[in-house]
Amino acid sequence: MEILVCVKRVPDTSENEIGVNSAGTDIDRDDLVYSVNEWDNYAVEEAIQIVDRVGGKVTVVAVGDSESEEVLRREMAMGANDGLLLSDDSFGGSDGKGIATILKAAVKKGNYDLVLTGAQADAGAGQVGGMLAAMLDQPYASLVNSIEIINDKTLKVGREIEGGNQEMNEIQMPCVLSIQTGINEPRYVGIRGIRKVASVEIPVLGALDLGVSSGSVGSAGAKVKVQDYFVPQLGKGAEILEGSTEEIIDKLIELLKVKGGLK
Amino acid sequence: MGSEIYFTKEHEMVRKAIRDFVNKEINPYVDEWEEKGIAPLHEIFKKMGDLGFLGMRYDEKYGGEGLDYWYELVLLEEIGHIRCGGIPMAIAVQTNMATPAINEFGSEYLKEKYMKPAIKGDMVAAIAVTEPDAGSDVAAIRTTATKNGNHYILNGSKTFITNGTQADFLTLLARTSDNPGYHSFSLFVVPTKLPGFQVSKKLDKLGMRSSDTAELYFDNMKIPAENLIGIEGEGFIQQMQQFQHERFACMPMTYIGAKDMIEETVKYLRGRIVFGKPLITKQVLRHRLVKWLTEIECLKQLTYHIVRMKMAGQDVSREISMGKLFSGNLLDEMAGGCLQMFGGMGFMNEMLISRYYRDSKLISIGGGASEVMSDILSKLEGF
Repeated sequence: MEILVCVKRVPDTSENEIGVNSAGTDIDRDDLVYSVNEWDNYAVEEAIQIVDRVGGKVTVVAVGDSESEEVLRREMAMGANDGLLLSDDSFGGSDGKGIATILKAAVKKGNYDLVLTGAQADAGAGQVGGMLAAMLDQPYASLVNSIEIINDKTLKVGREIEGGNQEMNEIQMPCVLSIQTGINEPRYVGIRGIRKVASVEIPVLGALDLGVSSGSVGSAGAKVKVQDYFVPQLGKGAEILEGSTEEIIDKLIELLKVKGGLK
Repeated sequence: MGSEIYFTKEHEMVRKAIRDFVNKEINPYVDEWEEKGIAPLHEIFKKMGDLGFLGMRYDEKYGGEGLDYWYELVLLEEIGHIRCGGIPMAIAVQTNMATPAINEFGSEYLKEKYMKPAIKGDMVAAIAVTEPDAGSDVAAIRTTATKNGNHYILNGSKTFITNGTQADFLTLLARTSDNPGYHSFSLFVVPTKLPGFQVSKKLDKLGMRSSDTAELYFDNMKIPAENLIGIEGEGFIQQMQQFQHERFACMPMTYIGAKDMIEETVKYLRGRIVFGKPLITKQVLRHRLVKWLTEIECLKQLTYHIVRMKMAGQDVSREISMGKLFSGNLLDEMAGGCLQMFGGMGFMNEMLISRYYRDSKLISIGGGASEVMSDILSKLEGF
């Protein structure tokens, strides 16, 4: 099975304290440590496991500048076979539709049975997977937390539904799935994997290579633009619990009991 | 800042891989292991071995990665971020204290049978030198290994042995001759499953509580002669060389742990309001913090200098002795100083700073006390 997994380089929330920049237009990106988007990492692990079972190849693709190469290489060290970087000055400032447009062009250049994305990334919009599927005119399932291969045309996928419910679907390939965390346990990257991919050339495709017109992507093509970025004021109903973890847990249990959440 | 001068992208990938492992497989369990007084080293080492973290410098022939000293430094820096001293110490025993002598002086047989499983994480190693009456004064050891045909008969005891209750083998220094001088000692690989070996006591310590430390007893224990490391009578010299790897390992773990300690302290000082202002605004505290940061940077740069010297094949005993001495002195002053800034909260066991304080004390004592480092340096200077 040929699988393409879309990955993104994002600020690592376990390594950084994220704050808003002084202009209020974005997070403060000075001295941030970046890593692969957590959801995407689960998607790569799932793709590797599928290929381990039925054979095929996993390609990881990222849209970004040259720095994004590090996350591609990381996922290749984890077990993905190939990497592909989509990079062009005109891609900067793309909205979700712009990113999906760039990815669609890359998908069209290959012959993929399955395209995986993370359910969401750092911006939390969760829109690229769905838009990409629509642009490709392929079926789509979101928040996928299990994948079973029925045959070479059909998958059975589980979806996480609000309230802890589960939905099972059959979906025809080629298709796009957005992957939820918890679908598997991503493996760690080992030294051997790192050494294996350290000097592998990762192809870079720009707007011309992809046949993407610069007006349809990047800032020029973006129809969704961030206007403001701020930490909301605490509302009246909000209460921030303080103290050690144990103290916070005790207070929370007490509150839940008082409010009727725990009996 | 400036780390790109020393480390390549590949080094940084390895760094991230180790950090990821530490954040997910070690740090979440440290409190539990500290409470129990022991960590599941077989389980941890197996996972680390599978990822190639336990044999950075060792030959690929024995399951190592055959990488340079900068990679070893990356490992030591990253395990320095573990939220206690006990686990980094246990790992460093495996990589830098109990296996270098086998690698440098051991036979093919010993490398295959003991070093290879240690690199894979299938065996836990310990270094057994210290005795009740011989610590930093290594030549005073009394444990004897007497040659008897194809065996050595081991008698005596060792104490303060890190990983001692779990170790599958010990790299052990014993007296093989009654003659005075330094050529009366030999290093052995001692498998702990052989009859005559006993863990006489698990020791209760001030700090490093997640690391098991033991007193060991050897009663007419028969060790195959092939378990001798290198040449009989050269063990003291070999151990002195092995100590260089151990003492070196203290340095990155010190400057990384110290930096984490400062960050923990600054976080507290920013939030702690005294007389209407955050404590961090007090000049006397800020000046002490930057003094320590300056010393941390000096230690880090000395460490990087040592790595460059090692890469050039130069003798680093002088610089390592200085670094070990500096590490102990820095932590002795800093850990108490940081805890003081926490006031009463610092005295509470639930606070990480109190663990740092307890664990830090070992750096000026273990692996050759600060006084011994000073003596070595004095001799090297010709005093």
